Amino acid sequence: MAIKKFVVGNFDDEAVLFPAVKKVRRAGYKIHEVFTPFPIHGLDKAMGLRDTSLHTAGFIYGITGTSIAVGFITWALTTDWPIVFGGKPFFAFPAWIPITFELTVLLASIGMVLTFCYLCQIAPFVKKDHFNLRSTDDTFVMALECTDKTNEAEAISFLQSAGAKEVQVMRKETGWWLGRYDKDRKPFGQ
Amino acid sequence: MGLLRYESQVRPPLVKGSKNYHDVTVDICRPVEARPTRAWWIGFTISVLFLIFGIVSVTMEVIYGTGQWNLHKTVGWGYDITNFVWWIGIGHAGTLISAILLLFRQGWRTGVNRAAEAMTIFAVICAGQFPIWHMGRVWVAFFTLPYPNTRGPLWVNFNSPLLWDVFAISTYFTVSLLFWYTGLLPDLATLRDRAKAKWWKMFYGVAAFGWTGSTKHWQRHEALALVLAGLSTPLVLSVHTIVSFDFATSVVPGWHTTIFPPYFVAGAIFSGFAMVQTLLVVTRKVLNLEEYITVEHIDVMNKVIVLTGSIVGIAYLTELFIAIYGANEYEGFAFLQNRVNLNSPYGWSYYIMMGCNVLSPQIFWIRKMRRNILVTFFMSILVNIGMWFERFVIIVTSVYRDYLPSSWATYYKPTIWEVGFYLGTFGLFFTCYFLFSKFFPVIALAEIKHILKRSGDVQKDRMTEVEHEKLEEFVQEHGHDHGV
Repeated sequence: MAIKKFVVGNFDDEAVLFPAVKKVRRAGYKIHEVFTPFPIHGLDKAMGLRDTSLHTAGFIYGITGTSIAVGFITWALTTDWPIVFGGKPFFAFPAWIPITFELTVLLASIGMVLTFCYLCQIAPFVKKDHFNLRSTDDTFVMALECTDKTNEAEAISFLQSAGAKEVQVMRKETGWWLGRYDKDRKPFGQ
Repeated sequence: MGLLRYESQVRPPLVKGSKNYHDVTVDICRPVEARPTRAWWIGFTISVLFLIFGIVSVTMEVIYGTGQWNLHKTVGWGYDITNFVWWIGIGHAGTLISAILLLFRQGWRTGVNRAAEAMTIFAVICAGQFPIWHMGRVWVAFFTLPYPNTRGPLWVNFNSPLLWDVFAISTYFTVSLLFWYTGLLPDLATLRDRAKAKWWKMFYGVAAFGWTGSTKHWQRHEALALVLAGLSTPLVLSVHTIVSFDFATSVVPGWHTTIFPPYFVAGAIFSGFAMVQTLLVVTRKVLNLEEYITVEHIDVMNKVIVLTGSIVGIAYLTELFIAIYGANEYEGFAFLQNRVNLNSPYGWSYYIMMGCNVLSPQIFWIRKMRRNILVTFFMSILVNIGMWFERFVIIVTSVYRDYLPSSWATYYKPTIWEVGFYLGTFGLFFTCYFLFSKFFPVIALAEIKHILKRSGDVQKDRMTEVEHEKLEEFVQEHGHDHGV
């Protein structure tokens, strides 16, 4: 939750953006974030982001679902209230596979989506600052964070030379706050 | 060339016309941003009227009991369970398109997946109505859930396929909804950022969850989509398998067969694709999206229809052969007397099923027919009728004559409230679909943009030129990478 200063370059082609990201990183600028209208494969690697561990989380949720299903059904049908169904043993594992599977999938999915929302910090009524409204349409936006050492003019010309169509300096809130997109009020002042 | 990826020229373009990213946004957002047309209002009103009729029908059933439907011994499952299986089958195409075709890296799914997934969700909502209201005392529907109760606690029977169904369908609905909605987030953000009016800014702002489209978000979004697809693929197969267990684990002749799971799954995909065709053939025309849902898309889906239709046909014949060859006189009777015999009370339904599901789709071996919009629309309706009769044949012709001839049912005919309930689910389905097509983008915007540089018209032309100029160099540089 802090307002920072950014040099923002707008690109109109991902084929230009991609080498630009590499160039900018090589030149030592700190890329705050790149906003794109659709996923660009390999951009996360080019930006030096680490792989997401969402898969691992999903696996853990899934295993939890499996354990809950097997554990609970075993307890309910063998210990808590054993009933003979069709002459089968109390521990009729094959008949529990469907529910075990469904619960595995259910918990993995719900857990992963909630984790996804948490990691991305997104939820209904969450509002974030925009760098460029066209970044969900057809513009690729690269935001460089300005530190004390950054020479703004140099960064601007560097982005322009890398192929940015338009470069601006902006002050933007990096976090999120509760708000609605039809109102401009911000809780943290600008 | 940059990020231009090599895709064989054998594959026709998936986006027609020379489009750039902005054109795609404008085209797909247009129906959402424009005021609803007169056709939309007429369609919506008719759907709501049907829905109201359905609500009245269900109310009659709740007040007077399931006797309002002509159910009795031995036909305890009639129209309602037929409709349930029919709707749940239709609800399989969406997840198949979005999940299985994602894993198989099929580019064409991008044009149709959003609408198909929406259709899935609405179809599952409709399907769920039938077992719920069929319970009769619907106010105790929660008895199907394993919750700590004061009766022991007495747990539900985890060995029962009917309980598996409760879990399978609720899981399927939840996962489909999550998959669909997470896919929608970026497109809702696009609508939010384009919205002019205050109210729409707020609506899409809330709906888009504050999506920004940053690389980190996309990275996780892709990971999520891939894992959800991986989970949905076995899920979609499991759901109809479990529905088929409702029948297959019983000892009723005509139901007690091991072939049911694969046969039901193939039938589900078959009817689901037919419903997708019915909706999209109309949607692309009315919403002017013919450049995105092209004849190629329709062609490919018709191929799936002829494939699954033939699988279903093989299943019918295998089932019939085993009934004759298997020397079980009860099963033989169920097939030869209750179904194949045209003079039996429901013999006609068996032939409607065979005609609509097995014979008629064979027309799609002809390329010209696959690419004909009118034929496709007509066939999709025919397949849906055929698939409804498949479930009717399986359910009613198996139970109306049981082991005891003295209890053989008199001719089972549905009542107006039973039919009304079915029509009501059509109302529900189309009401939801009309609202969806008005307020949400019917095509996955971000995904179309993603394939635009590979499968768009202009890019294809450019690629052809380069390919002709220096083929070897090109392949060496770009490889045969079909990565999505």
